Amino acid sequence: MDVSFNFDWTAAIAAVPHLLPGIPWTLLISFGGLAIGFIIGIIFGLMRISRLRGLRWMAVVYIEVFRGTPILVQVLFIFYGLPQLLGGPINALTAGIAAVAINSGAYISEIVRGGVQSIAQGQREAALSLGLSRRQTFRHVIWPQALRRMVPPLGNQAIISIKDTSLFSVIGVGELVRQGQIYIATTFTAMEVYFMVAILYLAITWTLSILLAQLERKGLAGE
Amino acid sequence: MTTPTQSDSSNAPIVDMQKLNKHFGSLHVLKDIDMEITPGEVVVVIGASGSGKSTLIRCINGLEEFQQGALEVAGKTLLPHGKGGQALQQIRTEVGMVFQQFNLFPHLSVRDNVTLAPMKVRRINQQQARDNALKLLKRVGIEDQADKYPTQLSGGQQQRVALARALAMEPRLMLFDEPTSALDPEMIGEVLDAMRELAREGMTMVVVTHEMGFAREVADRVIYIHQGEITEQGPPEQLFDAPQHERTQNFLGRILKH
Repeated sequence: MDVSFNFDWTAAIAAVPHLLPGIPWTLLISFGGLAIGFIIGIIFGLMRISRLRGLRWMAVVYIEVFRGTPILVQVLFIFYGLPQLLGGPINALTAGIAAVAINSGAYISEIVRGGVQSIAQGQREAALSLGLSRRQTFRHVIWPQALRRMVPPLGNQAIISIKDTSLFSVIGVGELVRQGQIYIATTFTAMEVYFMVAILYLAITWTLSILLAQLERKGLAGE
Repeated sequence: MTTPTQSDSSNAPIVDMQKLNKHFGSLHVLKDIDMEITPGEVVVVIGASGSGKSTLIRCINGLEEFQQGALEVAGKTLLPHGKGGQALQQIRTEVGMVFQQFNLFPHLSVRDNVTLAPMKVRRINQQQARDNALKLLKRVGIEDQADKYPTQLSGGQQQRVALARALAMEPRLMLFDEPTSALDPEMIGEVLDAMRELAREGMTMVVVTHEMGFAREVADRVIYIHQGEITEQGPPEQLFDAPQHERTQNFLGRILKH
């Protein structure tokens, strides 16, 4: 038996067309989930710093539960567990998007809280002293500044969530890793295929990094 | 400028503060402060750092709550513990404030800093708000910077924008909280000039400052605060040249000597 290291580039290249169909799924689950997660994050992030203790508590419980449990367990719970409760199956795509949404939502809540709290107290005081209401102060002065500061950590979270979707191969959704597994079952070229899967993830996350860097250079993010 | 209500005759005080007390936890910051400000008056508040002078003027527009006492500003009553929110916002539309750290909105251009409150609070249309903003910026000598962002300006220019921003609401009273303390020495003059001009036009002003030359020249009355109490007050020539209290003498001796 030949045990020498032998990476078969032809097999790696040949795998690519079989992997590409996974990319739309990966993007759909990640960005669909992140979009919902962003809305969840805004709601719970602001609840977290509310003056009302009840709202603060609800936000803390949500954040701690979904940040403190693995996303793999969350998606298994949604895909296999929830149907028992609902009395009908949940499709894998919905389960994946939901898992990314609630998981990234917990992290984004903290990003939102940090962003808002990082704005100097003097900004609030200046706006209030001009006669703006608390709501106007938030909307026109605090939030626009907080949003810019939130862009770099949000980009970070997006990259993490994109990679997290690789775990969803376990529920059979046809994302990148799942496509790789299906292909390997017929060719037995695990090293070449997973290598190309990794390259494709890198292509997605790298593109995102470059876009974010441009956003920061244009002054629409960060300070 | 004047509102046509019968009780609001021009001699009624615009600030009427009686037996005001404020605590920060166990710290008694303001003790039984009585203070009346008449329209058109320029009052300068002096005192050592930590004496409570900034806290005092921050009570006037409700940025600080007080615990006991009575406070009426521009005919509206402010209640202890920050209660009576309606009156609070109304008072703030009538009372402008300039801060030590400028506190300009960094995400807005100079022009938008000035037009924000008139458009959102007074509901003035954009064109009119912009015309007014340009006039105010001209008045403080920086109309050519309207399209820049605050961080592109010098400290002195930023503080003059902050002044224009406050004036855009057409306040009846202006509060200044150490407006030149964060400035490089060469920029202090331009800010004081703008304030001097404002005083000359008849604006009612309460100014916390360490600029004794400005106080002597512009103030109608100087108030000296020591450990949360008004120790002494009077016209500048009296307070600076013939202070009655030993504490005032000591304080003035310390700051005027160097």
